[in-house]
Amino acid sequence: MSTVSVRIPTILRTYTGGEAEVKAEGDTLRAVVADLEANYSGISARILDDNGKIRRFVNVYVGDEDVRFADGLDTPTPAGTQVSIIPAVAGG
Amino acid sequence: MGERPRSMAFSPATNLGPATGLSCRECGHVRELGPFYACEECFGPLEISYDFGAITRADIEAGPRNIWRYRGLLPVPENVAETPNTEPGLTRLVRADQLAEELGLQRLWVKDDSGNPTHSFKDRVVAVALAAARELGFKVLACPSTGNLANAVAAAAARAGIRSAVFVPSNLESQKIITTAVYGGTFVTVDGNYDDVNRLASEIAGEQEDWAFVNVNVRPYYAEGSKTLGYEIAEQLGWRLPDQIVVPVASGSQLTKIDKAFQELIKLGLVEDKPYKVYGAQAAGCDPVATAFKNGWDVFRPVKPDTIAKSLAIGNPADGTYVLDVVRRTGGAVEDVTDEQVVEGIRLLARTEGIFGETAGGVTVGVLRKLVESGRLDPGAETVIINSGDGLKTLDAVAPVVAPTANIAPSLEAFRAAGIA
Repeated sequence: MSTVSVRIPTILRTYTGGEAEVKAEGDTLRAVVADLEANYSGISARILDDNGKIRRFVNVYVGDEDVRFADGLDTPTPAGTQVSIIPAVAGG
Repeated sequence: MGERPRSMAFSPATNLGPATGLSCRECGHVRELGPFYACEECFGPLEISYDFGAITRADIEAGPRNIWRYRGLLPVPENVAETPNTEPGLTRLVRADQLAEELGLQRLWVKDDSGNPTHSFKDRVVAVALAAARELGFKVLACPSTGNLANAVAAAAARAGIRSAVFVPSNLESQKIITTAVYGGTFVTVDGNYDDVNRLASEIAGEQEDWAFVNVNVRPYYAEGSKTLGYEIAEQLGWRLPDQIVVPVASGSQLTKIDKAFQELIKLGLVEDKPYKVYGAQAAGCDPVATAFKNGWDVFRPVKPDTIAKSLAIGNPADGTYVLDVVRRTGGAVEDVTDEQVVEGIRLLARTEGIFGETAGGVTVGVLRKLVESGRLDPGAETVIINSGDGLKTLDAVAPVVAPTANIAPSLEAFRAAGIA
């Protein structure tokens, strides 16, 4: 199982004890989010909606790619990948 | 979003005028005023709540000849006009009879926002963001930008005597690079498209706690500045609303805030309540909202932009979904035009009204034409279109297709021979 680095937005750092970047395990984004939940209880429900989909106002990047342009939660997360979780309500 | 270091904490002395709090557009979660932009519950966008009290037309008309005449409707302190700022707004509303005739419209107006200090509507939003950022204790004015905002932030920070930090895609029009660099702030070109730059800015905002990214971490305040376009249009029409308005859509914020302004004016009794239709204009090379509208989707799909209308080239527009809501509620539409039609739109506006708009203006004129020709816009109803920026910033768009009529020797003979009399 691959280890990735996850960048946590300010809004979710209450779950990570203030950490801006944490390690997580998983071969896909879905597994990474599940692993985050295992270590930081409650964080998954902030990222995913009640149907288990990425929330409308959350952008998740695996490397440089917005996962909405890739395979969403099924996007592969090879070892060493940088995952970023970012509020979507920005810009313009 | 998030909490700031204690030294930067929101102080009880902070004065944001009639603003009373922040509420989430999605889930309604409410929190206090502060440097927050995303809902802590659902990540939804936060909106300013107000207690306006009584505001009269006379109060507004007695105010400064800029957006601060509407300060009682904005999240800014009462004395906002006294601190150094670019004093944007009250741009001209041009009766466009010749463009109307060309398109077969009865009565058409162009709200020409190229007349702002840095030649786009962005001076409005930045002025409000600057005022709020001061109150919230930020030290640096920053932004990711497609160009116009870069100009506005760099100029406003220079005027205010604070540092700016501006990030733009490196492939931006050279005019917009120069007109940002000249103000002397920190100015970074990024090898990526706007959405990449936007993402970077969001990440930097999470690190640099005293940087106010106007359209990221102070976006709820910033976005309110676009309401002044709506207020001005109503006031300049003699305190009434138009029947139809066509607005360019990048993030979608301008369109939704014009609608918000109209609704506030109705609620405050400053204009008569009446139906109006709001139309959105996009370029075909970046049309996520138009595509969603045409397909009947509630949520748009982000795209990778490819258009000469770079100021509208936001593939993942923050307010795209709310544009769909406003347009559907009012009976409008979202339409898009090709780059060729954008250039034709720029030339048509210039030729008929003497207004040189930037590519976003070309998009809006092109979409206006398309809406009229397809019967979706009522030619007999009073219509306003927004020209959000100056054509001098996007010269590359028209440079290949416009030229002098002739080049002649400095003699009367040469003039006669050229056949241009």
